[in-house]
Amino acid sequence: MFRFLPFVIKNSWRNRRRTALTILSISVSLALLGVMMAVYYAFYLSDAPPSQALRLVVRNRISLTVPMPRYYREKIRPIPGVREVGISQWFGGVYKDARDPKNFFARFAVEPEKILAIRSEMQVPEDQKKAFLHERTACMIGRPLAEKQNFHLGDHIFIQGDIFPVNLEFIVRAIYDAPEDNENLYFNVEYLDQALGAGKWGEIGTFYVLADSPESVPRIAKAIDDTFHNSPAQTKTESERAFALSFVAFLGNVKMILISICAAVTFTILLVSANTIAMSVRERVQEVGVLKTLGFTRGTILSLILGEAVAISAVGGLLGVLLASGLCWVVRNGPAFMDDIKHLSIQPPVALMCLVVAAGIGLVAAFIPAWNSSRIPIVEALRSDE
Amino acid sequence: MAIPLTYNLRNLVVRKTTTLMTALGIGLTVAVLLAILALVGGLRSSLQASGNPLNVLVMRKGTNAELSSGVTRANFQDVKFKPGIAVSSSGQPLASLEMVSVINLASVDAPDGTNVTLRGITPTGIGLRDNLKLASGRWFDPGKREVVVGESIEKRFPAARVGQRLHFGRGDWDVVGIMSVGRGTTNSEIFGDLNQVSSDFQREDALSSVLVRATDLVAAQALINDIKNDPKLNLDALSEEAYYQAQTGSGIVIESLGIFVSIIMGVGSSFAAMNTMYAAVARRAQEIGTLRVLGFSRGSILLSFVVESVLLAALGGLVGCLLVLPLNGLTTGIGNFITFSEIDFNFRVTPQIMAMGVAFAMILGSVGGLFPAASASRKEILAALRGI
Repeated sequence: MFRFLPFVIKNSWRNRRRTALTILSISVSLALLGVMMAVYYAFYLSDAPPSQALRLVVRNRISLTVPMPRYYREKIRPIPGVREVGISQWFGGVYKDARDPKNFFARFAVEPEKILAIRSEMQVPEDQKKAFLHERTACMIGRPLAEKQNFHLGDHIFIQGDIFPVNLEFIVRAIYDAPEDNENLYFNVEYLDQALGAGKWGEIGTFYVLADSPESVPRIAKAIDDTFHNSPAQTKTESERAFALSFVAFLGNVKMILISICAAVTFTILLVSANTIAMSVRERVQEVGVLKTLGFTRGTILSLILGEAVAISAVGGLLGVLLASGLCWVVRNGPAFMDDIKHLSIQPPVALMCLVVAAGIGLVAAFIPAWNSSRIPIVEALRSDE
Repeated sequence: MAIPLTYNLRNLVVRKTTTLMTALGIGLTVAVLLAILALVGGLRSSLQASGNPLNVLVMRKGTNAELSSGVTRANFQDVKFKPGIAVSSSGQPLASLEMVSVINLASVDAPDGTNVTLRGITPTGIGLRDNLKLASGRWFDPGKREVVVGESIEKRFPAARVGQRLHFGRGDWDVVGIMSVGRGTTNSEIFGDLNQVSSDFQREDALSSVLVRATDLVAAQALINDIKNDPKLNLDALSEEAYYQAQTGSGIVIESLGIFVSIIMGVGSSFAAMNTMYAAVARRAQEIGTLRVLGFSRGSILLSFVVESVLLAALGGLVGCLLVLPLNGLTTGIGNFITFSEIDFNFRVTPQIMAMGVAFAMILGSVGGLFPAASASRKEILAALRGI
């Protein structure tokens, strides 16, 4: 059947402007489809990075804003499979002026030695590590944050408290490198306790748990929640990935929005290609008559037209994937505010899916016009005046 | 002289399959834009309906949200007797001490749970919400573990219906009523007795905010300044209207996503419209020649084809409006980062946004029609008549 390939290509290039416009239209729409699928893939289908796969987050079952007793740590530690437990408290607060969103970054009160153990993927120079561990007012910040806010080692950062009625001043003692979650500020929870007054606050927002293997994560989650089932504060434990996704869900029904947009885009491409194929078939009814006279069968004519449609949409698809990669670059360098989006790229499965969709659409779109024209009686076709 | 519009209309009707397919393509693009605009519009209108300019919200200095604020009962006593606060028929100042927390409940969209605002409140506080009324059931009894839920909560959270029990604080709470407030955000809140809620959360003296009703707008401003500048209090005050206005940023992520998507889809659709119009020009070469012979100028031909393309696109815009109309009134929810909980509202497909959709379609049509129309107007009369 590849015998006819040159014929198919020649035919599709006959009305260059129409073919080019169709390819452009399909590729722009497919680029969008590709980006939407890439986002969907990043959120819901890709595996958690290895460092994240071992971590769990424990919070109060009522909600993240309600704290739980700090002594829970001692009960979580002996659960089999738990390698380390650390506390983590969202400090919130205001840096400079809350009205400018550029001043917003996450600040967590943690136990310095625990955070370094639990987030072992963080790269911190030894001397900085030491300073962060030993100095109570020290803080550790991610490199991208340091670059954005122009923070340097030794700088003082003043944060006005809101959730906590205290103002804290930190000294930057360490800057860490990490593939994700790298725009945080970590400081010693003892500094917060001291500022709040001794013995005043025995609670905490979340615990971070490090598991010994990814397989034991679901079992540990259940074991922790079972431990506190009959306690004054019940817990909800989930993998760090699930915890992060709950923030995506907070934006709205993102899954539904992505799927609806994908459906709308796919249907639009279908219409565009069906329209083009219908137009070009209509112009060539006479030619179909000639081909039939020469002895071409219905099946061959059908596959010639289908082949042309698939060729055009596949080229559109290929261009679309390239464009989508470009768009992903724009998204990565633009207002990316979530880790999953910061690394957005067209993964091989997504690229493959785009091409399959493109070719599939070509087939479906061309089927009716191709079928009809292959069935026109020779005489009628030859007489056609289009 | 302009070519009559009926010429274009008839042409669109003659090629009905092509016309419909192109219009539907544009329609889908418009539908995506309108769906997002209806979503964000619904959110904004809900927030706008929430604030009363006479109500003044008092929170701790340095916070911009009730959730991270903290006030004590002593603070409340100080604020309550400030001048300029309206009094009830029984002579009590209209001041409401409130406690806000967030509870996590499974919604129809998020079975793993999403955050909902829980508010401990007194009858005075309920009276300060304009248009708030009971839709069914009854109000909670003071001192009992009972809550009343907003009507959107009732729709979106299966666990929060009358007769069900919610588990938070130190035990179970009975849902005894449903409240409704038109479009305001109270529809997405849960109300319980202030003393009972605060004692359950062990926050008897760590409450969230005070809401007061000023006698008039001038008094409201004076009250705000008075509270802000009282060195004893360490409190901040702002009008309730301004507080909700500041939350309209919540929809910005979805809004920018929607605009990004519609612009790209728009580029794709205008290419498609261009294709259709080029085909129309090619098929009507002889007609164009005839029109020229009849004395219509190149400009008229250009205008006529652009108009036809715009008409085609406007039809697509109308199709798009029809496609999103079923969304109107549908309840959905998105996260509000200031309250850290979901705000529920209805999609609002208003005439304004529909007009925007049709206008967007017409822009796509004029962009798509310009080049084909120019090529039509450049045709030489003789060549055109010969049908080349």
